[in-house]
Amino acid sequence: MREIDALVADHPFFRGLPPDDLALIAGCGSNVRFDVGSYLFHEGDASDRFYLIRHGRVALEISSPGRGRMTISTLGPGDMLGWSWLVPPYSKQSDARALELVRATAFDGACIRKKCEEDPRLGYELLKRFAQIIGQRLRATRMQLLDVYGTWG
Amino acid sequence: MAPQAFCVRRTRRESHDVVTLEIEPAAGPGEFVFAPGQFNMLYLFGHGEAAISISGDPTTPQVLVHTIRAVGSVTEALCRLRKGQVLGVRGPFGSGWPVAEAVGGDLVIVAGGVGLPPLRPVLYHVLAQRDRYRRVALLYGARTPADLLYQREVARWRGRFDVQVEATVDAASPDSWRGHVGVVTTLIARAEFDPAETTVMVCGPEVMMRFAIADLQGRGVPPGRIYLSMERNMKCAIGFCGHCQLGPTFVCRDGPVFRYDRAAPLLRVREL
Repeated sequence: MREIDALVADHPFFRGLPPDDLALIAGCGSNVRFDVGSYLFHEGDASDRFYLIRHGRVALEISSPGRGRMTISTLGPGDMLGWSWLVPPYSKQSDARALELVRATAFDGACIRKKCEEDPRLGYELLKRFAQIIGQRLRATRMQLLDVYGTWG
Repeated sequence: MAPQAFCVRRTRRESHDVVTLEIEPAAGPGEFVFAPGQFNMLYLFGHGEAAISISGDPTTPQVLVHTIRAVGSVTEALCRLRKGQVLGVRGPFGSGWPVAEAVGGDLVIVAGGVGLPPLRPVLYHVLAQRDRYRRVALLYGARTPADLLYQREVARWRGRFDVQVEATVDAASPDSWRGHVGVVTTLIARAEFDPAETTVMVCGPEVMMRFAIADLQGRGVPPGRIYLSMERNMKCAIGFCGHCQLGPTFVCRDGPVFRYDRAAPLLRVREL
């Protein structure tokens, strides 16, 4: 079994998908590496890839005039990075920078999106799974906005 | 119950608004026995009294340790105390963390902000008898890197091979912090434990605890294995005055540590 096939088959995110779907997704994957300090993508880039981080940590950052880069979240091994490939306008919402040497599997989102258009069952299945990630990020962002550790927390 | 006089032995500034006081009986050496999770009423002459969790080591009861965040007139005055000054102590009060019930299983400690001090005695207790517990994880979140408490001690715990320690901050600039960024609940997915055989102890702001409990239940931890420490306006500390009443319970007397399946109905009532 190819390394990527095994990775996809074993990852909790893809658990329960039929073998054909797993094979299709794995077939759209390729292994990539990013040196420390390099960017996986920048805010506003076309979103045609998502990543499964296998090693190292990635910071999601947003730059603001006068404040410079602010880290809004960090992701690590086992985490999925990128959901914007699945929903219009298919553009990256933040910068992603390697905090360490990062090894990941990059998936061709444009290719999978095309398959999803052709097969709504697969599209709905993936949308449900990525919606959970979006929901988790939304909850985390709400908690950050609440500033729960302030004196009113 | 009259306060006993204690003398400040040592102070340590933990962050811009948090100070740790080590105090000892003014009358001379003595022991102050307490259970992890209990609190004292600290009384400062001319200012008033505040309920503060005990954050020291239960196995060294000769010194009483409190970590205090300056949020009001009494706590601000407590944070200004210097070596040799005197304060009054009533206690210990309240229920403790279920360290005995957790024996034999995994233990996950989720602390947010100044929720770590009431849980530190648990860590001392567990690390002193490490072989009685299976996997132990500390998940700790703070607002910024400068707000992280007990930084040297947390680094020491992280250096051990028998404790998983994960710390995160809500916000940081890349130049000031190389660790995790994100709310403490994001660490729950990283912790290694068997949900059915785990005891979880959660302490922090109430919103943080609600979010954490939702994620813990999402991982399969039964409500009856989750414990949380509640904070209310405690005045008498012995269940008389009603200031800390939460429905039919008094947080000072019946808590502050509650099992989640018992506290959940109360948490759902707004402004209770």
